[in-house]
Amino acid sequence: MDLSTIDPAILLASLMVASTPILLAAIGELVVEKSGVLNLGVEGMMITGAICGFAVAVETGSPLLGFVAAAAGGAVLSMTFGVLTQFFLSNQVATGLALTLFGLGLSALMGQGYVGIKPPGLGDVNLGPLADIPFLGTVLFRHDFMIYVSLALVAGVWAFLKYSRAGLILRAVGESHDAAHALGYKVVLVRLAAIAFGGACAGLGGAYLSLIRVPQWTEGMTAGAGWIALAIVVFASWRAWGVLIGAYLFGGVAVLQLNLQAAGAHIPVEYLSMSPYLVTILVLVIMSSGRGRAALNAPASLGRSFHASS
Amino acid sequence: MIRLEKRPQPSRGWSYVTPVLAVLVTMVAGGALFAVLGKDPVLAIRTIFYDPLFGEFAWYFRGQLLVKAGPLILIAIGLSLGFRAGIWNIGAEGQYIIGAICGAAVGLALYPMEARWLVFPLMILAGVLGGLGWAMIPAILKTRFNTNEILVSLLLVYVAEQILASMALGLLRNPEGSGFPGSRNLSQYEAAANHELIAGTGMHWGVVAAFIAVIFAYVLLNRHMLGFQIRLTGQSPRAARFAGVRPNRLVLFCLGTAGALAGLAGMFEVSGPSGQITIDFNSGYGFTAIIVAFLGRLHPVGILLAGLLLALTYIGGEAAQSNLGLPAAAIQAFQGMLLFFLLAVDMLTNYRIRIGKSEVA
Amino acid sequence: MHRRARGARVSAPLLKVEGLRKAYPGVVANDDVSFQIMPGEVHALLGENGAGKSTLVKMIYGLVRPDAGRMTLNGASYRPATPHAARASGVAMVFQHFSLFEALDVAENVALGMENPPPQRRLARRIREVSETYGLPLDPTRLVGELSAGERQRVEIVRCLLQDPKLLIMDEPTSVLTPQEVEILFETLRRLQAEGTSILYISHKLEEIRALCDEATILRLGQVVGVCDPKSTSAREMAELMVGSALHTPSRAARPPGEAVLEIGGLSMKSSNPFGTALRDVSLEVRAGEVVGIGGVAGNGQDELLAALSGEARSGAQTVRLNGQPVGNLGPNVRRRLGLLAAPEERLGHAAAPDMTLTENALLTGAVREGLVARGFLKWAAARGFAERIIADFDVRTPGPGNAARALSGGNLQKFVIGREILQRPICLVVNQPTWGVDASAAAAIRQALLDLAEGGAAVLVISQDLDELMEISDRFAALNEGRLSDPRPAQGLSVEEIGLMMGGAHDMEVAHVQG
Repeated sequence: MDLSTIDPAILLASLMVASTPILLAAIGELVVEKSGVLNLGVEGMMITGAICGFAVAVETGSPLLGFVAAAAGGAVLSMTFGVLTQFFLSNQVATGLALTLFGLGLSALMGQGYVGIKPPGLGDVNLGPLADIPFLGTVLFRHDFMIYVSLALVAGVWAFLKYSRAGLILRAVGESHDAAHALGYKVVLVRLAAIAFGGACAGLGGAYLSLIRVPQWTEGMTAGAGWIALAIVVFASWRAWGVLIGAYLFGGVAVLQLNLQAAGAHIPVEYLSMSPYLVTILVLVIMSSGRGRAALNAPASLGRSFHASS
Repeated sequence: MIRLEKRPQPSRGWSYVTPVLAVLVTMVAGGALFAVLGKDPVLAIRTIFYDPLFGEFAWYFRGQLLVKAGPLILIAIGLSLGFRAGIWNIGAEGQYIIGAICGAAVGLALYPMEARWLVFPLMILAGVLGGLGWAMIPAILKTRFNTNEILVSLLLVYVAEQILASMALGLLRNPEGSGFPGSRNLSQYEAAANHELIAGTGMHWGVVAAFIAVIFAYVLLNRHMLGFQIRLTGQSPRAARFAGVRPNRLVLFCLGTAGALAGLAGMFEVSGPSGQITIDFNSGYGFTAIIVAFLGRLHPVGILLAGLLLALTYIGGEAAQSNLGLPAAAIQAFQGMLLFFLLAVDMLTNYRIRIGKSEVA
Repeated sequence: MHRRARGARVSAPLLKVEGLRKAYPGVVANDDVSFQIMPGEVHALLGENGAGKSTLVKMIYGLVRPDAGRMTLNGASYRPATPHAARASGVAMVFQHFSLFEALDVAENVALGMENPPPQRRLARRIREVSETYGLPLDPTRLVGELSAGERQRVEIVRCLLQDPKLLIMDEPTSVLTPQEVEILFETLRRLQAEGTSILYISHKLEEIRALCDEATILRLGQVVGVCDPKSTSAREMAELMVGSALHTPSRAARPPGEAVLEIGGLSMKSSNPFGTALRDVSLEVRAGEVVGIGGVAGNGQDELLAALSGEARSGAQTVRLNGQPVGNLGPNVRRRLGLLAAPEERLGHAAAPDMTLTENALLTGAVREGLVARGFLKWAAARGFAERIIADFDVRTPGPGNAARALSGGNLQKFVIGREILQRPICLVVNQPTWGVDASAAAAIRQALLDLAEGGAAVLVISQDLDELMEISDRFAALNEGRLSDPRPAQGLSVEEIGLMMGGAHDMEVAHVQG
């Protein structure tokens, strides 16, 4: 094995690329869960976003339009979940699973004609002299704009939840939908909006995967990224910056194992490939065993159906 | 304005009607989907749901029905126990894979021993223990560290898939397979083969096990204290603790049973219909079984019927693929749709639809 | 019945309610309800559980839209479509089950109940000012989950006061306060009244209404059955109007105390709920044939004490003993076998499973002592028989044991739950809030059943927040305060003052600062 082939700057830069799909999906799911809804359909929305974005980018030649379409696709799909859980009061766990199963099938169906095509590329943002800073330039300032969008989203979600009145209402709805209803807040509308936002973010994450990270379309290409995003929300104990740390940690493991594979480590490929999942499980265990503040930060109404019965 | 009104108690009548209604609505919506894909919707639905049972080649397809339904029912029965108790094991696919690997490994280790009375039961045992062991990981993490079993069981599917690839390419590879990936074919190894028991019916030991599991689950849920505790925990966890239920034991039991049955299904599959361990041995039974469990209303008899129905969509889907050129993914989307519609119409069981003046909500 | 002469009033009514009606499927919650509130008046809305008080105030607060009738506020038509609209019109409400968010801090909770809250820092300052002016000290940065029930109510009240309401609706506000705290609350309300705020005060506690209110509207079965001046009407008259029949007071025979049956010694235990109260060094003895009442404001360890006795929470073996035998480390079913039975406060979801039938709910605790299980297999016929026996003996109104628990009214389900335990012939029975949210006749029946049980030689421990109830049925009384149990004292002759001090007195509340 030759570890000298691994350049730390490039490793860190590719870490950001590897993390971004999960970061996008997880920050969306964070908002959904903060509103008290558990949407287990992240995987399904991600892969739907992946194909929607890919198809539109290929057809129009514009990756930007592709990302817009991915967000729209994810949001539309999430609305089936929203309608079922908020109006039809279906079980959120079961409905989320249905969303994932349906999304996987639907995306495979939509992607029939797109296997083996190369999508139009998304250039890096020109940050001028910043990009020339040694080391940091390579790590931070030579990326495509979606990476910066994802970071802005994290900051935006953090500020929204902490400082805005709408964010306060969203947290209140997630904490106790009965009390929020008694004060006159539209629980169902707040939750639908959160679900749509989550769907759009998951769609963006999926499109980042198919348009930039891979970039190609293959069936089932998300390979559990949506589930890892769900785990990262738990890891972050429902905090926006925690999501960033979790996603980058996961991205680090993913990139490292790829680099080790490339460097010819004497570990079978399969064991390296399973490492991100094992690390995620390990992190989940550590986070959930340390109860206390982390446990308190979980929205109290998470996963419970709301029906105004007054 | 239409609004929902909670029924004083769940409607028994609707709980029987809704699954049928869901299937009918899915057929209509599925037909529309097929029409969008440029296929004749009536012909497609007929190819999927009617021809395998009553068409020209029904003699072949009917046998396949049990072959596909067996593992689905077996896994779904296990899952349903947990789902009833609010314990969400969605990693049955992984438990199925590990069960198959363990069962196959024992069979291959004993090759070419001829004592079927020893080899086959040992394989069954290994399959059960494999699935059980794999399911015990989320179970123990849940009871010891309060870790979310949904995420852990699901993530372990991806780990199991990697182990499967490793096994097919390495440890279990057929030494006489001239370097091709995949194990020796167990269905051609007399002592280890899971044969068709009655020719032409598709009935094999896995199907027998599925029927036994149905009866076992029925008795457990309706006649036994443990089944009562499972239902109680799912409906009202706090009341369950008050009634003296130990939640941790229930987690271990439900996840363990589901894992054991999934492992069993994997073992019967690898020694019979599939025959060998390959990289793509698993075909999503573990996930489809989730749909089976819900469509069957988590009721053993319902699961039996739902398992047969989804087996039909597999077989009919294959037929539609070869006859009409319908993409394989269409069936997957169709199955997902079925679960959606089921969850939607399920509301009718617990709520009444009222048309009248609206409430300020 | 005395009717107040309306001509004496000079000003126009603040709120006028005329012919309000609201029907739900199968039940008319309000029918042709009319009354009016004058500016600066404290108006009582009096009625039993289920009389329609909640629905009525929800219509005034914009949570429920009336089917018929109209309201005028300050002479203008008033039809709030949402609570936002109600608040904008100057109507504020303090809820009985708090509309608070445990994981949010006080300032955030207050902001959520306001239409246009100022920025956080200014809001925090305003909260401090208002809370101190009215004698309701509050720290705006604390998490509501860490506050006591009384403090939580302060948050609700301060939230309302910050909006300078013209009409303040208070739904059963004293159920979470000690007698001393009630006095202070009344001072605050009188001060608001003096400032011209009208108060709609909902309660079923007659003495409170007599002490505070200028006029009372009495509701029964959704209709107004009387209007009176509570200061000049006797409590008994109002009670009979409210209930519609003469009240049955439980009867009891004096009995000599027997042997100690239940002994709690040095019981300390953390709560399983992150916002719960830990039990601290609780010691108590309950003797055969005696009823011991435990009072205290909600959230002072009542749920935890019940869990520790039922076996849901375990402690050291010796901390709980039954007939001298250590049981503190045993689970619920072993304790049941030995004769220690319990009935928790929450009927739906704790004492009973809402979606299960009464037969299944009978099985829930009756399996062990009634022999409803043989080698793990259920004896359905026996379980059904047991359920039918409970229904018959305790007058549970239901079509049959095949009905779901949630289909029963609160009173009927509570009779079922209490009956289920009593019919199992407990050696010791522990109940929490046995008559909470139950109509008067069912409450009387339940109290009588508890007294009969004690008379039969069982030890009975009643945890309740209803002091009248405890005084009525207990031989000895103790109070829980922040997880500590006071020394029990004979109930007879105990003054309200003394009870209040046992419950922790006024905590850190203070009388409203009277200015100018």
